[in-house]
Amino acid sequence: MKMLCCPLNGPRNVAEFAFGGEVREMPDPQTCSDREWAEYVFYPPNHAGVIAEWWLHVPSGYWFIAERNRSTDEVIRTYDPSEIYTTRVDFAAQEESKA
Amino acid sequence: MPFSLLKYGLRKDYPFEEDADIPSAHKLRDSYDVVIIGGGGHGVATAYYLAKYHGITNVAILEKGYLGGGNTARNTAVIRSNYLTPEGVRFYGASVELFQGLSNEFDFNIMYSRRGQLTLAHTESAVSAFRQRAEINTHYGGKSALIGPDEIRKLVPCLNMNPAHMPVLAGLWHIDGATARHDAVAWGFAKGATQRGVELHQLTEVTGVDVENGKVTGVQTNRGKVRCGCVVQAVAGHSALMAEKAGFRLPITVYPLQAMVTQPVKPFIDPLVSSPALHCYVQQTGRGEIVLGSGSDPYPLYNTRSTLPLKESLLSNAVALFPFMSQLRMLRQWAGITDITSDYSPIMGLSPVQGYYLDAGWGTWGFKSTPICGKTMAELVAGGGTVPDLIKPFSLERFERFAQINEMGATAASH
Ligand SMILES: Cc1cc2nc3c(=O)[nH]c(=O)nc-3n(C[C@H](O)[C@H](O)[C@H](O)COP(=O)(O)OP(=O)(O)OC[C@H]3O[C@@H](n4cnc5c(N)ncnc54)[C@H](O)[C@@H]3O)c2cc1C
Repeated sequence: MKMLCCPLNGPRNVAEFAFGGEVREMPDPQTCSDREWAEYVFYPPNHAGVIAEWWLHVPSGYWFIAERNRSTDEVIRTYDPSEIYTTRVDFAAQEESKA
Repeated sequence: MPFSLLKYGLRKDYPFEEDADIPSAHKLRDSYDVVIIGGGGHGVATAYYLAKYHGITNVAILEKGYLGGGNTARNTAVIRSNYLTPEGVRFYGASVELFQGLSNEFDFNIMYSRRGQLTLAHTESAVSAFRQRAEINTHYGGKSALIGPDEIRKLVPCLNMNPAHMPVLAGLWHIDGATARHDAVAWGFAKGATQRGVELHQLTEVTGVDVENGKVTGVQTNRGKVRCGCVVQAVAGHSALMAEKAGFRLPITVYPLQAMVTQPVKPFIDPLVSSPALHCYVQQTGRGEIVLGSGSDPYPLYNTRSTLPLKESLLSNAVALFPFMSQLRMLRQWAGITDITSDYSPIMGLSPVQGYYLDAGWGTWGFKSTPICGKTMAELVAGGGTVPDLIKPFSLERFERFAQINEMGATAASH
Protein backbone atom coordinates (compact mmCIF):
# COMPACT_ATOMS: atom_id res chain seq x y z
CA MET A 1 0.00 0.00 0.00
CA LYS A 2 1.38 3.41 -0.90
CA MET A 3 1.11 5.93 1.91
CA LEU A 4 0.94 9.68 1.73
CA CYS A 5 1.60 11.75 4.81
CA CYS A 6 -1.24 14.23 5.23
CA PRO A 7 -0.13 17.27 7.29
CA LEU A 8 -3.52 17.19 9.06
CA ASN A 9 -4.35 13.48 9.34
CA GLY A 10 -0.96 11.79 9.31
CA PRO A 11 0.05 8.86 7.06
CA ARG A 12 -2.91 7.50 5.08
CA ASN A 13 -3.43 5.18 2.12
CA VAL A 14 -2.86 7.11 -1.13
CA ALA A 15 -6.31 5.93 -2.28
CA GLU A 16 -7.81 8.45 0.18
CA PHE A 17 -6.26 11.35 -1.74
CA ALA A 18 -6.96 13.12 -5.00
CA PHE A 19 -4.29 14.82 -7.12
CA GLY A 20 -5.18 18.45 -7.75
CA GLY A 21 -2.64 19.81 -10.23
CA GLU A 22 0.61 21.70 -9.92
CA VAL A 23 1.26 24.61 -7.57
CA ARG A 24 1.94 27.70 -9.66
CA GLU A 25 1.15 31.34 -9.80
CA MET A 26 -1.95 32.39 -11.69
CA PRO A 27 -1.51 35.42 -13.93
CA ASP A 28 -4.22 38.04 -13.68
CA PRO A 29 -6.77 36.96 -16.32
CA GLN A 30 -7.88 40.58 -16.77
CA THR A 31 -4.49 41.93 -17.71
CA CYS A 32 -2.37 39.06 -19.01
CA SER A 33 -2.02 38.25 -22.71
CA ASP A 34 -3.74 35.26 -24.34
CA ARG A 35 -0.37 33.61 -24.62
CA GLU A 36 0.33 33.99 -20.91
CA TRP A 37 -3.08 32.63 -20.07
CA ALA A 38 -2.64 29.64 -22.44
CA GLU A 39 0.74 29.02 -20.86
CA TYR A 40 -0.84 28.95 -17.42
CA VAL A 41 -3.76 26.73 -18.38
CA PHE A 42 -2.11 24.26 -20.75
CA TYR A 43 1.57 24.18 -19.87
CA PRO A 44 1.93 22.93 -16.31
CA PRO A 45 5.42 21.94 -15.18
CA ASN A 46 6.01 18.43 -16.54
CA HIS A 47 9.67 17.54 -16.06
CA ALA A 48 10.73 14.19 -14.66
CA GLY A 49 11.86 15.58 -11.30
CA VAL A 50 10.45 17.13 -8.14
CA ILE A 51 7.25 19.16 -8.63
CA ALA A 52 5.07 20.89 -6.02
CA GLU A 53 1.51 19.62 -6.29
CA TRP A 54 -1.89 20.21 -4.74
CA TRP A 55 -3.42 17.17 -3.05
CA LEU A 56 -6.80 16.73 -1.39
CA HIS A 57 -7.46 14.39 1.50
CA VAL A 58 -10.93 13.47 0.31
CA PRO A 59 -12.61 12.24 3.54
CA SER A 60 -11.63 15.37 5.47
CA GLY A 61 -11.79 17.82 2.55
CA TYR A 62 -8.32 19.14 3.41
CA TRP A 63 -6.05 20.60 0.70
CA PHE A 64 -2.30 20.58 1.13
CA ILE A 65 0.92 20.70 -0.90
CA ALA A 66 3.20 17.75 -1.65
CA GLU A 67 6.62 17.91 -3.25
CA ARG A 68 6.82 14.72 -5.22
CA ASN A 69 9.42 13.25 -7.56
CA ARG A 70 7.62 12.51 -10.82
CA SER A 71 10.08 9.91 -11.86
CA THR A 72 10.50 7.82 -8.68
CA ASP A 73 7.10 8.64 -7.10
CA GLU A 74 8.89 9.58 -3.87
CA VAL A 75 7.15 12.22 -1.81
CA ILE A 76 9.83 14.53 -0.48
CA ARG A 77 7.69 16.70 1.77
CA THR A 78 4.04 17.54 2.48
CA TYR A 79 2.91 20.76 4.16
CA ASP A 80 0.01 23.05 4.86
CA PRO A 81 -0.55 25.66 2.10
CA SER A 82 -0.23 28.44 4.72
CA GLU A 83 3.53 27.88 4.47
CA ILE A 84 3.59 29.64 1.11
CA TYR A 85 0.21 31.35 0.87
CA THR A 86 0.37 33.92 3.62
CA THR A 87 -2.30 36.24 2.27
CA ARG A 88 -5.71 35.58 0.87
CA VAL A 89 -5.79 35.31 -2.95
CA ASP A 90 -8.57 37.43 -4.41
CA PHE A 91 -9.73 36.65 -7.91
CA ALA A 92 -10.19 39.40 -10.46
CA ALA A 93 -13.50 37.87 -11.60
CA GLN A 94 -14.94 38.67 -8.17
CA GLU A 95 -13.74 42.25 -8.40
CA GLU A 96 -15.57 42.61 -11.67
CA SER A 97 -18.89 41.38 -10.29
CA LYS A 98 -18.58 43.85 -7.42
CA ALA A 99 -18.12 46.76 -9.78
CA MET B 1 25.64 -31.58 -34.04
CA PRO B 2 25.62 -30.74 -37.74
CA PHE B 3 28.90 -29.21 -38.81
CA SER B 4 27.16 -26.13 -40.32
CA LEU B 5 25.56 -25.32 -36.97
CA LEU B 6 28.92 -25.48 -35.22
CA LYS B 7 30.36 -23.19 -37.90
CA TYR B 8 27.55 -20.68 -37.37
CA GLY B 9 28.00 -20.89 -33.63
CA LEU B 10 31.63 -19.92 -33.91
CA ARG B 11 31.08 -16.95 -36.20
CA LYS B 12 31.44 -13.48 -34.73
CA ASP B 13 28.48 -11.85 -36.49
CA TYR B 14 24.91 -13.09 -36.46
CA PRO B 15 24.74 -15.83 -39.06
CA PHE B 16 21.55 -14.76 -40.81
CA GLU B 17 22.27 -11.07 -40.82
CA GLU B 18 22.79 -10.73 -44.58
CA ASP B 19 19.28 -11.80 -45.39
CA ALA B 20 17.53 -10.64 -42.22
CA ASP B 21 13.98 -9.37 -42.55
CA ILE B 22 14.95 -6.15 -40.85
CA PRO B 23 18.62 -5.49 -41.71
CA SER B 24 20.36 -3.72 -38.85
CA ALA B 25 22.69 -0.84 -39.52
CA HIS B 26 26.11 -1.04 -37.92
CA LYS B 27 27.85 2.27 -38.33
CA LEU B 28 26.14 5.49 -37.37
CA ARG B 29 27.12 7.93 -40.10
CA ASP B 30 27.76 11.56 -39.25
CA SER B 31 25.01 12.96 -41.43
CA TYR B 32 21.59 12.08 -42.84
CA ASP B 33 18.87 13.98 -44.68
CA VAL B 34 16.31 13.06 -42.05
CA VAL B 35 16.66 11.80 -38.48
CA ILE B 36 13.66 10.17 -36.82
CA ILE B 37 13.87 10.04 -33.03
CA GLY B 38 12.03 6.98 -31.70
CA GLY B 39 11.78 3.53 -33.24
CA GLY B 40 8.21 2.86 -32.20
CA GLY B 41 5.37 2.25 -34.65
CA HIS B 42 5.09 5.97 -35.47
CA GLY B 43 8.81 6.44 -36.16
CA VAL B 44 9.19 3.41 -38.39
CA ALA B 45 5.91 4.15 -40.19
CA THR B 46 7.17 7.65 -41.01
CA ALA B 47 10.40 6.16 -42.38
CA TYR B 48 8.43 3.60 -44.39
CA TYR B 49 6.22 6.16 -46.13
CA LEU B 50 9.22 8.45 -46.72
CA ALA B 51 11.13 5.65 -48.41
CA LYS B 52 8.31 4.00 -50.31
CA TYR B 53 6.22 6.97 -51.45
CA HIS B 54 8.66 9.87 -51.52
CA GLY B 55 11.92 8.13 -52.42
CA ILE B 56 13.64 9.65 -49.37
CA THR B 57 15.92 6.94 -48.00
CA ASN B 58 18.88 8.79 -46.50
CA VAL B 59 17.10 8.45 -43.18
CA ALA B 60 18.20 7.23 -39.75
CA ILE B 61 15.78 6.03 -37.09
CA LEU B 62 17.42 6.47 -33.68
CA GLU B 63 15.92 4.29 -30.97
CA LYS B 64 17.26 4.30 -27.42
CA GLY B 65 15.95 0.82 -26.66
CA TYR B 66 14.83 -1.64 -29.27
CA LEU B 67 12.41 -1.58 -32.20
CA GLY B 68 8.80 -1.25 -31.05
CA GLY B 69 9.75 -1.73 -27.39
CA GLY B 70 7.93 1.37 -26.09
CA ASN B 71 4.19 1.89 -26.05
CA THR B 72 3.96 0.07 -29.36
CA ALA B 73 4.71 -3.11 -27.39
CA ARG B 74 2.50 -2.18 -24.44
CA ASN B 75 -0.77 -1.08 -25.96
CA THR B 76 -3.98 -3.05 -26.06
CA ALA B 77 -4.34 -2.65 -29.83
CA VAL B 78 -7.81 -1.13 -30.00
CA ILE B 79 -8.33 0.25 -33.52
CA ARG B 80 -11.41 2.39 -34.12
CA SER B 81 -12.60 5.68 -35.57
CA ASN B 82 -15.75 6.46 -33.55
CA TYR B 83 -14.49 9.83 -32.34
CA LEU B 84 -16.41 12.93 -31.36
CA THR B 85 -15.06 15.76 -33.50
CA PRO B 86 -15.13 16.10 -37.31
CA GLU B 87 -11.32 16.49 -37.30
CA GLY B 88 -10.89 13.36 -35.21
CA VAL B 89 -13.31 11.19 -37.18
CA ARG B 90 -11.66 12.15 -40.48
CA PHE B 91 -8.16 11.49 -39.21
CA TYR B 92 -8.76 8.20 -37.40
CA GLY B 93 -11.07 7.04 -40.21
CA ALA B 94 -8.21 7.44 -42.68
CA SER B 95 -6.02 5.37 -40.35
CA VAL B 96 -8.54 2.53 -40.08
CA GLU B 97 -8.70 2.46 -43.88
CA LEU B 98 -4.91 2.16 -44.14
CA PHE B 99 -4.88 -0.53 -41.45
CA GLN B 100 -7.30 -2.65 -43.45
CA GLY B 101 -4.83 -2.85 -46.32
CA LEU B 102 -1.57 -3.16 -44.36
CA SER B 103 -1.09 -6.94 -44.50
CA ASN B 104 -1.36 -6.78 -48.28
CA GLU B 105 0.83 -3.72 -48.54
CA PHE B 106 3.56 -5.36 -46.40
CA ASP B 107 3.06 -8.88 -47.74
CA PHE B 108 3.34 -9.69 -44.05
CA ASN B 109 0.49 -10.67 -41.74
CA ILE B 110 -0.33 -8.06 -39.09
CA MET B 111 -3.30 -10.18 -37.93
CA TYR B 112 -5.77 -7.37 -38.52
CA SER B 113 -9.12 -8.50 -37.27
CA ARG B 114 -12.29 -6.43 -37.67
CA ARG B 115 -14.56 -7.38 -34.79
CA GLY B 116 -16.61 -4.30 -34.11
CA GLN B 117 -16.39 -2.32 -30.89
CA LEU B 118 -19.23 -2.05 -28.40
CA THR B 119 -19.16 0.79 -25.87
CA LEU B 120 -21.71 0.45 -23.10
CA ALA B 121 -23.93 3.23 -21.76
CA HIS B 122 -25.10 2.80 -18.17
CA THR B 123 -26.70 6.24 -17.71
CA GLU B 124 -29.12 8.43 -19.65
CA SER B 125 -26.45 11.07 -20.18
CA ALA B 126 -24.14 8.46 -21.70
CA VAL B 127 -26.96 7.38 -24.03
CA SER B 128 -27.41 10.91 -25.34
CA ALA B 129 -23.66 11.45 -25.66
CA PHE B 130 -23.43 8.22 -27.67
CA ARG B 131 -26.32 9.32 -29.89
CA GLN B 132 -24.37 12.47 -30.72
CA ARG B 133 -21.23 10.45 -31.40
CA ALA B 134 -23.09 8.08 -33.70
CA GLU B 135 -24.52 11.03 -35.65
CA ILE B 136 -21.19 12.82 -36.07
CA ASN B 137 -19.47 9.58 -36.94
CA THR B 138 -22.00 8.63 -39.59
CA HIS B 139 -21.96 12.12 -41.04
CA TYR B 140 -18.22 11.89 -41.67
CA GLY B 141 -18.39 8.44 -43.19
CA GLY B 142 -17.76 6.40 -40.03
CA LYS B 143 -19.76 3.32 -39.16
CA SER B 144 -21.47 3.78 -35.79
CA ALA B 145 -24.98 3.21 -34.47
CA LEU B 146 -26.79 3.31 -31.16
CA ILE B 147 -28.17 -0.13 -30.29
CA GLY B 148 -30.46 -1.40 -27.52
CA PRO B 149 -30.13 -4.18 -24.92
CA ASP B 150 -31.60 -6.89 -27.16
CA GLU B 151 -29.02 -6.38 -29.85
CA ILE B 152 -26.28 -6.16 -27.23
CA ARG B 153 -27.33 -9.53 -25.80
CA LYS B 154 -27.10 -11.02 -29.28
CA LEU B 155 -23.64 -9.58 -29.92
CA VAL B 156 -22.19 -10.55 -26.53
CA PRO B 157 -24.28 -13.33 -24.98
CA CYS B 158 -21.98 -13.75 -21.97
CA LEU B 159 -22.21 -10.07 -20.90
CA ASN B 160 -23.81 -9.33 -17.53
CA MET B 161 -26.47 -6.73 -18.38
CA ASN B 162 -26.50 -5.38 -14.83
CA PRO B 163 -22.84 -5.09 -13.81
CA ALA B 164 -22.11 -3.44 -10.44
CA HIS B 165 -25.77 -2.35 -10.23
CA MET B 166 -25.34 -0.22 -13.33
CA PRO B 167 -27.75 -1.64 -15.90
CA VAL B 168 -26.66 -1.56 -19.53
CA LEU B 169 -29.13 0.85 -21.20
CA ALA B 170 -27.67 1.03 -24.70
CA GLY B 171 -24.47 0.65 -26.64
CA LEU B 172 -22.47 2.52 -29.26
CA TRP B 173 -21.85 -0.13 -31.89
CA HIS B 174 -18.89 0.67 -34.13
CA ILE B 175 -18.60 -1.91 -36.88
CA ASP B 176 -15.11 -0.75 -37.90
CA GLY B 177 -13.67 -1.49 -34.44
CA ALA B 178 -10.73 -3.84 -34.85
CA THR B 179 -7.52 -5.15 -33.39
CA ALA B 180 -4.16 -6.24 -34.82
CA ARG B 181 -0.87 -7.71 -33.71
CA HIS B 182 0.89 -4.57 -32.43
CA ASP B 183 4.45 -5.91 -32.81
CA ALA B 184 3.77 -7.04 -36.36
CA VAL B 185 2.73 -3.50 -37.29
CA ALA B 186 6.10 -2.16 -36.14
CA TRP B 187 7.94 -5.04 -37.81
CA GLY B 188 6.05 -4.62 -41.10
CA PHE B 189 6.88 -0.92 -41.30
CA ALA B 190 10.47 -1.48 -40.18
CA LYS B 191 10.97 -4.22 -42.74
CA GLY B 192 9.62 -2.07 -45.58
CA ALA B 193 11.71 0.92 -44.51
CA THR B 194 15.05 -0.80 -43.86
CA GLN B 195 14.84 -2.88 -47.02
CA ARG B 196 14.56 0.37 -48.95
CA GLY B 197 17.72 1.73 -47.35
CA VAL B 198 16.56 3.44 -44.16
CA GLU B 199 18.93 2.77 -41.25
CA LEU B 200 17.47 1.61 -37.95
CA HIS B 201 19.87 2.23 -35.07
CA GLN B 202 18.78 0.57 -31.85
CA LEU B 203 20.42 1.29 -28.47
CA THR B 204 21.01 4.81 -29.79
CA GLU B 205 19.69 7.49 -27.48
CA VAL B 206 19.26 11.09 -28.54
CA THR B 207 20.71 13.19 -25.73
CA GLY B 208 20.56 16.64 -27.28
CA VAL B 209 19.28 18.60 -30.25
CA ASP B 210 21.45 21.13 -32.06
CA VAL B 211 19.65 24.29 -33.09
CA GLU B 212 21.28 27.21 -34.90
CA ASN B 213 19.42 30.45 -35.64
CA GLY B 214 16.12 28.74 -34.91
CA LYS B 215 16.84 25.88 -37.31
CA VAL B 216 17.68 22.29 -36.43
CA THR B 217 21.14 21.23 -37.57
CA GLY B 218 21.59 17.85 -35.92
CA VAL B 219 21.26 15.68 -32.85
CA GLN B 220 23.63 14.38 -30.21
CA THR B 221 23.52 10.75 -29.25
CA ASN B 222 25.28 8.32 -26.94
CA ARG B 223 27.16 7.25 -30.09
CA GLY B 224 28.20 10.69 -31.22
CA LYS B 225 26.90 13.65 -33.17
CA VAL B 226 24.71 13.35 -36.25
CA ARG B 227 24.08 16.24 -38.63
CA CYS B 228 20.75 16.56 -40.43
CA GLY B 229 18.46 19.20 -41.88
CA CYS B 230 15.29 17.66 -40.63
CA VAL B 231 14.17 15.83 -37.48
CA VAL B 232 10.93 14.04 -36.67
CA GLN B 233 10.38 13.37 -32.97
CA ALA B 234 8.11 10.40 -32.26
CA VAL B 235 8.96 9.41 -28.69
CA ALA B 236 5.47 9.06 -27.13
CA GLY B 237 5.81 9.19 -23.30
CA HIS B 238 9.10 11.07 -23.57
CA SER B 239 7.74 13.80 -25.88
CA ALA B 240 7.89 16.65 -23.38
CA LEU B 241 11.43 15.73 -22.27
CA MET B 242 12.62 15.51 -25.87
CA ALA B 243 11.06 18.86 -26.82
CA GLU B 244 12.87 20.45 -23.90
CA LYS B 245 16.15 19.24 -25.41
CA ALA B 246 15.16 21.11 -28.57
CA GLY B 247 14.50 24.20 -26.49
CA PHE B 248 10.70 24.44 -26.21
CA ARG B 249 7.89 23.13 -24.03
CA LEU B 250 4.89 20.93 -24.78
CA PRO B 251 1.44 21.08 -23.15
CA ILE B 252 1.64 17.48 -22.02
CA THR B 253 1.23 15.72 -18.70
CA VAL B 254 2.51 12.18 -18.34
CA TYR B 255 0.47 9.41 -16.74
CA PRO B 256 1.14 5.67 -16.48
CA LEU B 257 -1.43 3.44 -18.15
CA GLN B 258 -1.77 -0.14 -16.96
CA ALA B 259 -3.10 -3.24 -18.64
CA MET B 260 -3.12 -7.00 -18.20
CA VAL B 261 -3.82 -10.23 -20.02
CA THR B 262 -5.28 -13.61 -19.00
CA GLN B 263 -4.33 -17.15 -19.93
CA PRO B 264 -5.69 -18.16 -23.36
CA VAL B 265 -9.18 -19.67 -23.51
CA LYS B 266 -11.35 -20.77 -26.41
CA PRO B 267 -12.90 -17.96 -28.46
CA PHE B 268 -16.03 -16.70 -26.70
CA ILE B 269 -16.19 -12.97 -27.21
CA ASP B 270 -16.12 -11.50 -30.66
CA PRO B 271 -16.40 -7.69 -30.39
CA LEU B 272 -14.22 -5.38 -28.34
CA VAL B 273 -16.31 -4.41 -25.31
CA SER B 274 -15.75 -1.27 -23.29
CA SER B 275 -17.53 0.36 -20.37
CA PRO B 276 -16.41 3.94 -19.72
CA ALA B 277 -18.45 4.09 -16.51
CA LEU B 278 -16.66 1.04 -15.11
CA HIS B 279 -13.27 2.21 -16.47
CA CYS B 280 -12.79 -1.12 -18.14
CA TYR B 281 -12.44 -2.61 -21.60
CA VAL B 282 -12.07 -6.20 -22.63
CA GLN B 283 -11.16 -8.02 -25.82
CA GLN B 284 -10.02 -11.48 -26.82
CA THR B 285 -6.91 -11.75 -28.97
CA GLY B 286 -6.47 -14.10 -31.89
CA ARG B 287 -4.48 -16.32 -29.52
CA GLY B 288 -7.40 -16.56 -27.09
CA GLU B 289 -5.96 -14.38 -24.32
CA ILE B 290 -8.25 -11.75 -22.85
CA VAL B 291 -6.71 -8.29 -22.79
CA LEU B 292 -7.98 -5.99 -20.04
CA GLY B 293 -7.41 -2.28 -19.88
CA SER B 294 -8.67 0.67 -17.87
CA GLY B 295 -8.30 4.40 -17.43
CA SER B 296 -4.99 6.13 -16.66
CA ASP B 297 -3.40 6.22 -13.22
CA PRO B 298 -4.88 8.85 -10.89
CA TYR B 299 -1.77 11.05 -10.82
CA PRO B 300 1.15 11.94 -13.15
CA LEU B 301 4.35 9.90 -13.17
CA TYR B 302 7.26 9.05 -15.52
CA ASN B 303 7.40 5.42 -14.47
CA THR B 304 6.18 2.04 -15.68
CA ARG B 305 5.55 0.59 -12.23
CA SER B 306 2.22 -1.12 -11.64
CA THR B 307 -0.12 -0.62 -8.69
CA LEU B 308 -2.34 -3.02 -6.82
CA PRO B 309 -5.34 -0.63 -6.42
CA LEU B 310 -5.61 -0.15 -10.18
CA LYS B 311 -5.34 -3.87 -10.91
CA GLU B 312 -7.92 -4.60 -8.22
CA SER B 313 -10.48 -2.15 -9.56
CA LEU B 314 -9.86 -3.21 -13.15
CA LEU B 315 -10.33 -6.88 -12.30
CA SER B 316 -13.41 -6.38 -10.15
CA ASN B 317 -15.06 -4.37 -12.92
CA ALA B 318 -14.07 -6.89 -15.58
CA VAL B 319 -15.56 -9.69 -13.48
CA ALA B 320 -18.72 -7.61 -12.98
CA LEU B 321 -19.09 -7.38 -16.77
CA PHE B 322 -18.12 -11.02 -17.43
CA PRO B 323 -18.71 -12.99 -14.20
CA PHE B 324 -17.22 -16.25 -15.47
CA MET B 325 -13.85 -14.47 -15.84
CA SER B 326 -13.34 -14.90 -12.10
CA GLN B 327 -12.20 -18.43 -13.03
CA LEU B 328 -9.33 -17.19 -15.23
CA ARG B 329 -5.71 -16.73 -14.30
CA MET B 330 -3.68 -13.67 -15.18
CA LEU B 331 -0.71 -14.22 -17.42
CA ARG B 332 0.99 -10.81 -17.48
CA GLN B 333 0.49 -7.23 -16.34
CA TRP B 334 2.38 -4.10 -17.27
CA ALA B 335 2.28 -0.32 -17.71
CA GLY B 336 3.39 2.28 -20.23
CA ILE B 337 4.18 6.00 -19.92
CA THR B 338 1.62 8.03 -21.83
CA ASP B 339 1.81 11.65 -22.99
CA ILE B 340 -1.61 13.18 -22.36
CA THR B 341 -2.78 16.53 -23.79
CA SER B 342 -5.59 18.47 -22.16
CA ASP B 343 -7.94 17.90 -25.12
CA TYR B 344 -7.02 14.24 -25.70
CA SER B 345 -5.90 14.99 -29.25
CA PRO B 346 -2.34 14.65 -30.56
CA ILE B 347 0.19 17.37 -31.34
CA MET B 348 1.37 16.99 -34.93
CA GLY B 349 3.20 19.17 -37.38
CA LEU B 350 5.51 22.14 -36.97
CA SER B 351 7.38 23.16 -33.84
CA PRO B 352 9.02 26.46 -32.84
CA VAL B 353 12.26 25.05 -34.32
CA GLN B 354 12.50 25.10 -38.10
CA GLY B 355 12.92 21.63 -39.63
CA TYR B 356 11.97 19.96 -36.35
CA TYR B 357 8.62 18.19 -36.66
CA LEU B 358 6.36 16.85 -33.93
CA ASP B 359 4.43 13.62 -33.63
CA ALA B 360 3.52 13.74 -29.95
CA GLY B 361 0.73 13.81 -27.41
CA TRP B 362 -0.40 10.33 -28.37
CA GLY B 363 -1.32 9.43 -24.85
CA THR B 364 -3.40 6.31 -24.54
CA TRP B 365 -4.82 6.34 -28.07
CA GLY B 366 -1.97 6.40 -30.60
CA PHE B 367 -1.61 2.82 -31.79
CA LYS B 368 -4.64 3.06 -34.05
CA SER B 369 -3.15 6.09 -35.76
CA THR B 370 0.23 4.51 -36.54
CA PRO B 371 -0.24 4.22 -40.35
CA ILE B 372 -1.86 7.63 -40.88
CA CYS B 373 0.75 9.32 -38.67
CA GLY B 374 3.50 7.74 -40.73
CA LYS B 375 1.84 8.79 -43.96
CA THR B 376 1.12 12.40 -42.97
CA MET B 377 4.44 12.96 -41.18
CA ALA B 378 6.22 11.69 -44.31
CA GLU B 379 4.20 14.15 -46.44
CA LEU B 380 5.15 16.93 -44.05
CA VAL B 381 8.86 16.08 -44.33
CA ALA B 382 8.79 15.52 -48.10
CA GLY B 383 6.84 18.75 -48.60
CA GLY B 384 9.54 20.73 -46.77
CA GLY B 385 7.23 21.74 -43.95
CA THR B 386 3.91 22.17 -45.76
CA VAL B 387 1.41 20.75 -43.27
CA PRO B 388 -1.04 18.21 -44.77
CA ASP B 389 -4.70 19.23 -44.32
CA LEU B 390 -5.55 16.12 -42.33
CA ILE B 391 -3.21 17.09 -39.47
CA LYS B 392 -3.54 20.91 -39.60
CA PRO B 393 -6.07 20.93 -36.73
CA PHE B 394 -3.58 19.14 -34.45
CA SER B 395 -0.91 21.86 -34.53
CA LEU B 396 0.94 22.83 -31.36
CA GLU B 397 -0.19 26.43 -31.67
CA ARG B 398 -3.87 25.45 -31.30
CA PHE B 399 -3.35 25.81 -27.56
CA GLU B 400 -2.45 29.48 -27.91
CA ARG B 401 -5.53 30.03 -30.05
CA PHE B 402 -7.72 28.09 -27.60
CA ALA B 403 -8.75 25.91 -30.55
CA GLN B 404 -8.71 22.54 -28.83
CA ILE B 405 -10.04 19.40 -30.49
CA ASN B 406 -11.87 17.93 -27.53
CA GLU B 407 -11.85 14.15 -27.72
CA MET B 408 -11.93 13.46 -24.00
CA GLY B 409 -15.37 11.87 -24.10
CA ALA B 410 -14.37 9.56 -26.93
CA THR B 411 -10.95 8.67 -25.56
CA ALA B 412 -10.55 8.65 -21.83
CA ALA B 413 -11.80 5.13 -21.11
CA SER B 414 -11.55 3.33 -24.43
CA HIS B 415 -8.16 4.43 -25.86
C1 LIG C 1 -1.22 0.09 -21.55
C2 LIG C 1 -1.44 0.87 -22.82
C3 LIG C 1 -2.56 0.60 -23.61
C4 LIG C 1 -2.78 1.31 -24.80
N1 LIG C 1 -3.85 0.95 -25.56
C5 LIG C 1 -4.05 1.54 -26.76
C6 LIG C 1 -5.10 1.09 -27.61
O1 LIG C 1 -5.82 0.14 -27.29
N2 LIG C 1 -5.28 1.72 -28.82
C7 LIG C 1 -4.48 2.76 -29.20
O2 LIG C 1 -4.70 3.28 -30.29
N3 LIG C 1 -3.45 3.20 -28.41
C8 LIG C 1 -3.22 2.61 -27.21
N4 LIG C 1 -2.17 3.03 -26.40
C9 LIG C 1 -1.34 4.16 -26.84
C10 LIG C 1 -0.28 3.70 -27.84
O3 LIG C 1 0.44 2.61 -27.31
C11 LIG C 1 0.72 4.81 -28.15
O4 LIG C 1 0.07 6.04 -28.36
C12 LIG C 1 1.52 4.49 -29.40
O5 LIG C 1 2.06 3.20 -29.31
C13 LIG C 1 2.62 5.50 -29.62
O6 LIG C 1 3.48 5.03 -30.63
P1 LIG C 1 4.90 5.65 -30.82
O7 LIG C 1 5.55 4.92 -31.91
O8 LIG C 1 4.74 7.12 -30.94
O9 LIG C 1 5.58 5.41 -29.40
P2 LIG C 1 6.50 4.24 -28.81
O10 LIG C 1 6.15 2.91 -29.32
O11 LIG C 1 6.52 4.42 -27.32
O12 LIG C 1 7.88 4.61 -29.42
C14 LIG C 1 8.66 5.70 -28.98
C15 LIG C 1 10.08 5.23 -28.91
O13 LIG C 1 10.91 6.34 -28.65
C16 LIG C 1 12.02 5.87 -27.94
N5 LIG C 1 12.70 6.99 -27.29
C17 LIG C 1 12.30 7.73 -26.24
N6 LIG C 1 13.22 8.66 -25.91
C18 LIG C 1 14.23 8.51 -26.80
C19 LIG C 1 15.49 9.17 -27.00
N7 LIG C 1 15.88 10.17 -26.21
N8 LIG C 1 16.28 8.76 -28.02
C20 LIG C 1 15.91 7.74 -28.83
N9 LIG C 1 14.75 7.08 -28.69
C21 LIG C 1 13.91 7.46 -27.69
C22 LIG C 1 11.43 4.87 -26.97
O14 LIG C 1 12.40 3.95 -26.52
C23 LIG C 1 10.34 4.22 -27.81
O15 LIG C 1 10.71 2.99 -28.37
C24 LIG C 1 -1.91 2.35 -25.20
C25 LIG C 1 -0.80 2.65 -24.40
C26 LIG C 1 -0.54 1.92 -23.23
C27 LIG C 1 0.65 2.25 -22.41
